[in-house]
This record gives sequence, structure tokens and C-alpha cells, in this order.
Amino acid sequence: MNLLNIHELNTYFPTTDGLVKAVDHVDLQIADSEKVGLIGETGCGKTVLGMSIVRLLDSSAQINGRIIYKGRDILGLAEEDMRSLRGREIAMILQNPTMSLNPVMKVGDQISEVIRLHQGLDKRAAKKRAVEILESVSIADAHRRANQYPHEFSGGMRERAMIAICLSCDPTLIIADEPTKGLDAKTKTQIIQLLKDVTKDRSMLMITHDLNVAASICDRVAVMYAGEILEMGKVWDVLKKPMHPYTRGFINSLPCRGLKPIRGSSPSLIDLPSGCRFCPRCDCATEACKIKHPEMTPADDGHSVRCFLYT
Amino acid sequence: MIEVCDLKKYFASGLLQKHCVKSVDGVSFHIAKGETMGLVGESGCGKTTLGRLLLRLIEPTSGQIFFDGTEITKLNRREIRRIRPHMQMIFQDPDSSLNPRMKIGESIAEPFRLGLNGKFSRREIRDRVLELIETVGLNPEHVNRYPHQLSGGQNQRVVLARILAINPDFIVADEPTASLDISVQAQILNLILDLKDKYDLTLLFISHDMEIVRHMSDRVAVMKHGQIVDIGDAERIFKTHQDLVVDSPLLI
Repeated sequence: MNLLNIHELNTYFPTTDGLVKAVDHVDLQIADSEKVGLIGETGCGKTVLGMSIVRLLDSSAQINGRIIYKGRDILGLAEEDMRSLRGREIAMILQNPTMSLNPVMKVGDQISEVIRLHQGLDKRAAKKRAVEILESVSIADAHRRANQYPHEFSGGMRERAMIAICLSCDPTLIIADEPTKGLDAKTKTQIIQLLKDVTKDRSMLMITHDLNVAASICDRVAVMYAGEILEMGKVWDVLKKPMHPYTRGFINSLPCRGLKPIRGSSPSLIDLPSGCRFCPRCDCATEACKIKHPEMTPADDGHSVRCFLYT
Repeated sequence: MIEVCDLKKYFASGLLQKHCVKSVDGVSFHIAKGETMGLVGESGCGKTTLGRLLLRLIEPTSGQIFFDGTEITKLNRREIRRIRPHMQMIFQDPDSSLNPRMKIGESIAEPFRLGLNGKFSRREIRDRVLELIETVGLNPEHVNRYPHQLSGGQNQRVVLARILAINPDFIVADEPTASLDISVQAQILNLILDLKDKYDLTLLFISHDMEIVRHMSDRVAVMKHGQIVDIGDAERIFKTHQDLVVDSPLLI
């Protein structure tokens, strides 16, 4: 059975300019101990999808559909029940640790706060546990480091601190939002290895625009564009034999693939093209693509794609 | 075009300024006219400091920098202002390098208004701005927008248009695509390569991504702890310094 089952999820934001369809009819499953990558560009809705799962969005957000976690629909839970689930069962590694960590609170206290809230340990025991967790994410001299403030940490160490907070209550599902953004090559490799180690027996939804990161951690990937999933499959199937023209373009714009960009830019989430959403930028587009919206179509071996080229 | 001799920049810190951080520690190199020099290294190795020193945005502790034969380390403030239009910088974050209260068109027109390259009438300025907007791949309707209404990639195009309006000979590009998406990054990098050919620019391209530096540069300098540890042909550097390349399973 799948640990997480997202079915027909819509997350819309009403604004004065119109309805922003940040997540539009998304279906996604995550099995036990499975790592799923969610790949896409800025503004395609991938962070909103992650935030919808932990229900951390602004109250103005209109969320519809079903998010079934261990047989329970998260969207139907009372806020109180959600609060006991969030952090303990489903933990999120937020984007940009510099902004996400509390600058006036010691790193150790930020970790022990979570432990005290969820596991009811007293101050001393929680602090001891916090130091252990910092050690487990390979922070040297964890005792001293726990008493330091985030500004005394380097970028890579702040990312480790974020991971430590996320791990503090031993969650079953981790949602990691761009955990390697802004890190240099060496630190990136270390953080990838750390994430690999700590998620050995856990499930993870890894939100990233870095295909290399996805390739080294994930079992499956979903490619998101303009609020919807365009292609999904096993990570190597998608990266080696990409089907959707967007996925192909995305891979070809990598520096190691010759930096060939996709022309044009992503559509506004308020005013989406009526046919295929990638149609205005697609070199394979036909008349049909302008009018009809393609559905996800299964190809072989769990690989599926939303494109008329394959129907 | 650029010649750097034994350049040093120490930042003093701590009580009584006893400790100092050697950000740039005795660096020497040259960049020929029309050449792109890549500068690669881990974060904190001093590459941004070096870039800023070259334009004298910060004062060096010691050493000399020659630009087109002039020793710019010796110039006084007035003289340096006169030479600045010839050397410009593209910063990491395009959103914060534009004046948020100025429309895009006004931002690009500013160098013309200041008369850096001779006097222009209002009409000429408008025509020039529209021409530049097109050169960098934006649409004329963007002229009346503000930076916050554009995406990061579009703002970086505005920054490029503005720099071209100044018409410099030498540009320091400090991780110009660090905050951009992969496909937008490819667009901007290709644009920089096109503009370099079109305007015959000399470039110092700073990045921590070896793959990008290799793509952009003729020669590459590798920086470590404030020193240049290796310098040479881009392909050779790429092969020798594999530790600076992100493990890329997609290469296979």
C-alpha cells in the first residue's frame, strides 16, 4: 500500500488579477521507503504542492482533492490533529535555511523545541537528544555548536541543522524543498550523501530543479510544469529516455548537455493556454495541441506522459 | 587588457583588529583583450572579492592592477570615476541590482542621460533603449514595468541592457545565473556569449560551477584560500580539477 496517495489535488489562490492555479489536478503516489523527486522550474507550483501536503499554506488558499496519508485524508483533519501529524509523522525541510531558522534562537534550542512539543521530553533530556541529532547529521563538536546561533554556522551547516530539526521526531515522510540550493559542489555532494543516509528507511518527496540531485537520490521523478505533472516514471527512465518535449528541453539546457535553452518562458498561472500548457514553447506542437488538453497516458513500465505524441 | 600583480586584500577582524582574513593573498594574472577568463572556486575562496578589487569597488591591501596600461590602483576618486564606464559588473542577484523605484526603461536610459558616451536627445535615448531591449530579448512593453513585475531572468536581461548602454570594454560577471533556473540560466549564458561577440567584450566570469565556467571561458583560473592555484586552458583545467565538478550522473 502507498504511504501517501494524492488524488486530483487542486490548490488555487484567489488574487485581484484572477485565480492562480498553482497546483492543478495533480495525482502522485509515494510508497513506503520510496524517494520521489518533484522537478520543475521556479513558479511551476512544486513548493505549493509540498506545502499543501503539510497544510502550511495561507488560509486564502483553496485546496481541493484528496491527500491520503496512511489511510487518512489529511485535508479532512482538524487543525489540532494536523498539528500532531506535522513534524512528527510528516516533516518538512524548508527552503533557504538562512531565512527558515530563527536568527535569535540557539540552534540546539530550535531542535529541542520540536522534541519537547512532540515527545514531551523535559528540557534537559530534549537538549541531550538535540546534541545527538546534530551529531547524527555530522556536525562536529555538536555540544558547542548546539549553543551557537544560526549566523555562526556556514551555509552547509545550516542545511544540516534544518535536516536535524526535520529528523528530530523520527518522521516517516520527509518533504525536502530545494535542500541543495545555493551550496557549492563539495557541500552539495555531502548534503546529498547525508540525505541518502537519513532516508534509508523513510519516504521522501524531494522538491528540486537540480536534475543531478534528483538522479542521485530518487527512485521515481515527476516533472511539473505550470501547475501540472507532465511526465512521471523511474528516475533513469525519465532522465535517459525523456518523452515529453519539455523534459527533453529541460535536460538539454543543463551545462553538461551544451546549455541549449527552451525558447520563451513559462506561462502565467492565471492565464494558462487552453490546450497543452507547453504548446507555445514546443517544437513538436500541432494544431491539436493548441485546442485540446492532453491527459496523462501510461507508456511502459510505470512511465507516463501528458503529450499527444504518445497517444 | 587587464594585468594584476601580487594583489592582496586582507580583512581585519577581531578585537584590536589582530586577526586578519586573507581573502585575496598574492594573486597575479592577466586577461587579454577579447578573452573570457573564468574564475572558479568553492564558496568563500575569495573569488567575489577578487572581482570587486579589479573594478576597485573595494580597496586592495597591496598590489597593482593595470587596465589598458593605466595603473588603476594609483588613481584618485575622480580619475577612477572617469574610467568606471569602461569596466562594469554583473552581480549575482538581478532583483537587487536594479533600482526598485525606477521603470525598466528609465534604468536603461540612465547611462545615456548621464552622458557617458556623448550627448543624446530624448528621442535618440528612447530609440537606443528600445534597440537595447530588443538586443537582450525583452519586449517593448517591458519598458514601463518595474523590476518587481519581471522575473529573475528578465531582470538579468535588463541588467545586461543597462551595462551595454554604458558600453564598457571589460565586464566582471559574478555568478550571473546563481539565482536563476536551469533553462533560464542557459538562455542568459547564451545571451552573454552572443553579446560578447557582438560588442567585442573582455570578460571575467566568476562561478563555482566548473561546467558553466568551462562552457563560457577561454582560460580558467582556479582559486583556493585566496590564491590562484592553477591557471590555463579551459579544457585542461576542467580535466585536472575534477574535484570542483559536481558529480553529474547525467553526463553518462
